[in-house]
Amino acid sequence: MRWIRVPSGLMVIPSIAVLAALLATSIAGAQSSPNGMIAQRFVVVLDAAHGGDDAGGRLASGQVEKAATLALSVRLRSLLAARGMTVVTTRESDMTVDPEKRADIANHAKAAACLSLHATESGAGIHIFTSSLAPLEPGLFVPWKTAQAGWITRSLALAGALNSALLKEGFNVTLSRTDLIGVDNMTCPALAIEIAPLRGADGKVTAEADDADYQAHLANTLATALLAWRLEAHQP
Amino acid sequence: MIPRYQKILFGVLLVGALAMAGVLWHLRQRAHERLLEGQDSAPTRAPEVAPTEQAMLLVANDADGSLLTQARSLPLPADPGARARVILGNLLDVYAAPDAAHPVAGGASGIAQVFLMPAAGGKSGSGDELAVVNLTSNFVASHPSGLETETLTVLSICGTLHANLPQVTQVRFLVDGQQRPNLAGHADLTRTYLTTDAAPVAGGSSQ
Repeated sequence: MRWIRVPSGLMVIPSIAVLAALLATSIAGAQSSPNGMIAQRFVVVLDAAHGGDDAGGRLASGQVEKAATLALSVRLRSLLAARGMTVVTTRESDMTVDPEKRADIANHAKAAACLSLHATESGAGIHIFTSSLAPLEPGLFVPWKTAQAGWITRSLALAGALNSALLKEGFNVTLSRTDLIGVDNMTCPALAIEIAPLRGADGKVTAEADDADYQAHLANTLATALLAWRLEAHQP
Repeated sequence: MIPRYQKILFGVLLVGALAMAGVLWHLRQRAHERLLEGQDSAPTRAPEVAPTEQAMLLVANDADGSLLTQARSLPLPADPGARARVILGNLLDVYAAPDAAHPVAGGASGIAQVFLMPAAGGKSGSGDELAVVNLTSNFVASHPSGLETETLTVLSICGTLHANLPQVTQVRFLVDGQQRPNLAGHADLTRTYLTTDAAPVAGGSSQ
């Protein structure tokens, strides 16, 4: 079984030298914890799903999912950077990235929020998914496959924050739980956000998931919501 | 003036070409017949002689991501595995209907088999069972790609199995008898699903 070390620097370690090193690392790169400790550097990980050989689904417009998610990631990255956040992306171009590599990138970034971006032609509005793993107390070492379990509470809180912001902006939002390789391996408040077509009251599509205006509206709302999440994280 | 031997050679080549065309046509016909014979001809519906019973379907709705309970009167066989296949086939028929709230093509033929076996890790003597649902590759290939739609398909299958066979507490998925990483790019098919993950929302209808 693969294990992952959670970067929490205050666990009891027999060796004083190791403790000192961990403490130093913890102070230097203090980010966030499941308890919402104050972060000095607010890092957001954007994971544009699929890419390279993995095209993902095909949208009604003819575009493939990997292109739509990358476009949304690029938009959101700019907006978050403009708001003073540090943004780490799992891919910047049409390249294949293994789901476990995506989680590795997110875990090394010690992020305050990790968003896996998806797009679909099914359903309507925005689908927000939290891992279906049962919540656990975060420990020093956690199994790789269920690393997200220690962060479920914070992930649900993040989902709530984004849901509120999206509803306020008039989006149709569906909150669900799912099992998704990549997100389940992340040691940060992590969500999968799936952008589905915008539909009118009669169910007819008014904007596809890759529509530029629709994506811009969504990216703006997510950026505003993450700013509020950042302020909340800084509250004592 | 064309020499006689060239005329004979031309004639032989022409006859040879025609004969080979005939053989090719014959082989093509045989291959086509073999393909048709290879298709699954097993019945996907229970025989009408079976007694009609009430079955509960957990039907997914893409619009709000919900699972709604629907009661159906169906002729169901006595064997639990065959029973599960008929019920799941009926569920997929709902999804294949033109006005489906969770459209997925394929219908009942998307379920190849359902196997029931004792669940690993269950309480001893509890009678908990693991259902192995063998989907067809045609069904998987025609399934729309998306986190929500794939999750709903998986959960509605798990929930429907548990609603009709309460002893089924775990579900695994195969595609044409083989393990596959995901349904259509998202929903993980390598894990064992717990039927408790699939809870219907309030409401429902009967037909």
